[in-house]
Amino acid sequence: MTYITGWGRYPGQDATVQHPAFLDQLTLGEPTIARGLARSYGDSAIGAHAIDMTALSRVRSFDAETGVLVAEAGFSIDEMLRLFVPRGWFPPVTPGTRFVTLGGAIAADVHGKNHHVKGSFGDHVHWIDLMLGDGSVVRASRTEHPELFTATIGGMGLTGIILSAELQLQPISSSRIDQVTVKTSSLEDTLDAFDQYASSTYSVAWIDCIAQGSKLGRSVLTVGEHASEGELVSRGPGKLVVPFDLPNFTLNPVTMKIFNSVVYAKELKRYAENTLPFEGFFYPLDGVRDWNRGYGKAGFLQYQFVLPLAAGRQPLAEILARIAQTGLGSTLAVLKVFGKGNDSPLSFPEPGYTLALDFQVKPRVLELLDRLDEMVLHYGGRHYLAKDSRMSAETFKAGYPRWQEFEALRERYGAIGKFRSAQSARLGLA
Amino acid sequence: MSAIKTPGAHRVLVVGATSQIAQECMQLWAAGGATEFVLLGRNLERLQAVADDLQSRNSGVGALALESGSTPEQIAQVVDEAWGAGVDTALIAQGSLPDQALLEGNPLEVQREFGVNATVPILFVESIATKMLEQGSGRLAVIGSVAGDRGRASNYVYGAAKAALGTYTEGLWQRLAGSGVSVTLVKPGPTATPMTQHLVDEGQRLASAESVAAAIVRGVERRVPVVYAPAKWRLIMSIVRAIPRPIFKRLSF
Repeated sequence: MTYITGWGRYPGQDATVQHPAFLDQLTLGEPTIARGLARSYGDSAIGAHAIDMTALSRVRSFDAETGVLVAEAGFSIDEMLRLFVPRGWFPPVTPGTRFVTLGGAIAADVHGKNHHVKGSFGDHVHWIDLMLGDGSVVRASRTEHPELFTATIGGMGLTGIILSAELQLQPISSSRIDQVTVKTSSLEDTLDAFDQYASSTYSVAWIDCIAQGSKLGRSVLTVGEHASEGELVSRGPGKLVVPFDLPNFTLNPVTMKIFNSVVYAKELKRYAENTLPFEGFFYPLDGVRDWNRGYGKAGFLQYQFVLPLAAGRQPLAEILARIAQTGLGSTLAVLKVFGKGNDSPLSFPEPGYTLALDFQVKPRVLELLDRLDEMVLHYGGRHYLAKDSRMSAETFKAGYPRWQEFEALRERYGAIGKFRSAQSARLGLA
Repeated sequence: MSAIKTPGAHRVLVVGATSQIAQECMQLWAAGGATEFVLLGRNLERLQAVADDLQSRNSGVGALALESGSTPEQIAQVVDEAWGAGVDTALIAQGSLPDQALLEGNPLEVQREFGVNATVPILFVESIATKMLEQGSGRLAVIGSVAGDRGRASNYVYGAAKAALGTYTEGLWQRLAGSGVSVTLVKPGPTATPMTQHLVDEGQRLASAESVAAAIVRGVERRVPVVYAPAKWRLIMSIVRAIPRPIFKRLSF
């Protein structure tokens, strides 16, 4: 028995964990959940029985002409960057950490800073080899078992064990990113800036969650494009300092430390341009995240939701105001604008504003999140399962009305009672 | 990929190529410029997965997977097939870690385990050393274990097999001295691989397969006769070997 948790270190449980080194060593018995690099924050990859897929990380093939990669589910985006950036290929979509597996990226249908242009991870997958509840293996794609394919994307590992997949990488001629940073003074200003830069490939705003009143929602928006020329170098994860300057946000002593280790706390001009290695643009929190892990035994909660575009800007303002009022929010939240979502029943992104925040695990925080759940649902939004550790089954079902269709598909493919995580049990899935 | 050796290419033969330490060694050799690999083992599907991975990760590398049996004839035959125009470096990495408790009262299993960990590796070394001598050049590495340095109640069938490898390679080393062919015996301490998952689960801190592989590749390159990986085990085992029996019998490791 091993004690396993998610990235937030809360919750956790004792589990029997299999560690197959080759695909043929995988066996199913009790209700099981596959587990990759365990970067989901809550209990998506924990359960009484888990399969650690990280040793199943072999590359089956890579076509250097077309950028098509076939690999086992445990292969990570970190390895993808090390191996293929020097050869001029980049992940089509990357989340904020490089330490996610191919299987995990598909199961959570991860998104990055380019959702409005490139969609989510599953959109770039050609096929998935999946082990079903009875141990048989099928290949699912947009033409073979298409409903199974669609449901597995964002399906949180509940349709079967993802064994391997084919992915389309995107070509790059440089590993550097041309970045523009814009300092904004309010939420209106921030959202206007997003609109202004809507045609940029990558965009994300680091938004102040503590400031109230007229300063509510002030941010630093960064947008980026792959540089058209320059080096093709992969340096690996490291404690890179992000070379942009942040204004003097109100920080508590704890988060001050995070900031000072990542950025310079100096005056920032309204608008600045620079070029930097991709590691600094995509994974600035690499070193900082590890520091957070050491912070406390109680762990952290992450909370991410999306508010549909149709609801306008007001809901986001209200939610930010609510958080700022309690003073419980972490310093920094991440705001992105999503484009069109896909057809997967449990996929998180839909057109609108998505906000992701950290909270310490405290009773007042849990109360706040229950209130925020209500507000998000009220405005027609939903929550990101890969970040969730405490939402109720009702909240989940209200946010994902196609959950019944998902369960029906799982029934058809023999997944009911065979694939289960602590999260799926909590959310009322079989 | 054909068995023809490109002039100047560093060609590597690995027996037991599905072992994690072997996979890490091959990655290091590929990164160091080796371009041709022949992978031998019992499970062709797994060997192929390892071969595909090696080729996909390292452009310009060719890897051939060959399934091999365990009789002397089968071993000689597959080494012949793998040899092509020559082999520069050979690694014998095959082995398995049996549960000693399950072996007690189970002579058939004892015979099998001894075969897998001593007889078969020795037969491979026999074949490969002969061909390297004909070539007049080569580096041979054999993975033993610190477990071979002293018999312990917890692990003695495995330990005996590894001790057999130790004495055999010691004699071979003497025979090969000055021939242009070197043999290196590698003795890893407990290493974190699928074979030792149960120890990792218990919370033991084992050496990483990458670090052991790095020690192997370095030692083989320099033609060192015996490599302990990590190096601290040389001292530890010399102490363990020196402990008198009356005291040793009371120790629990």
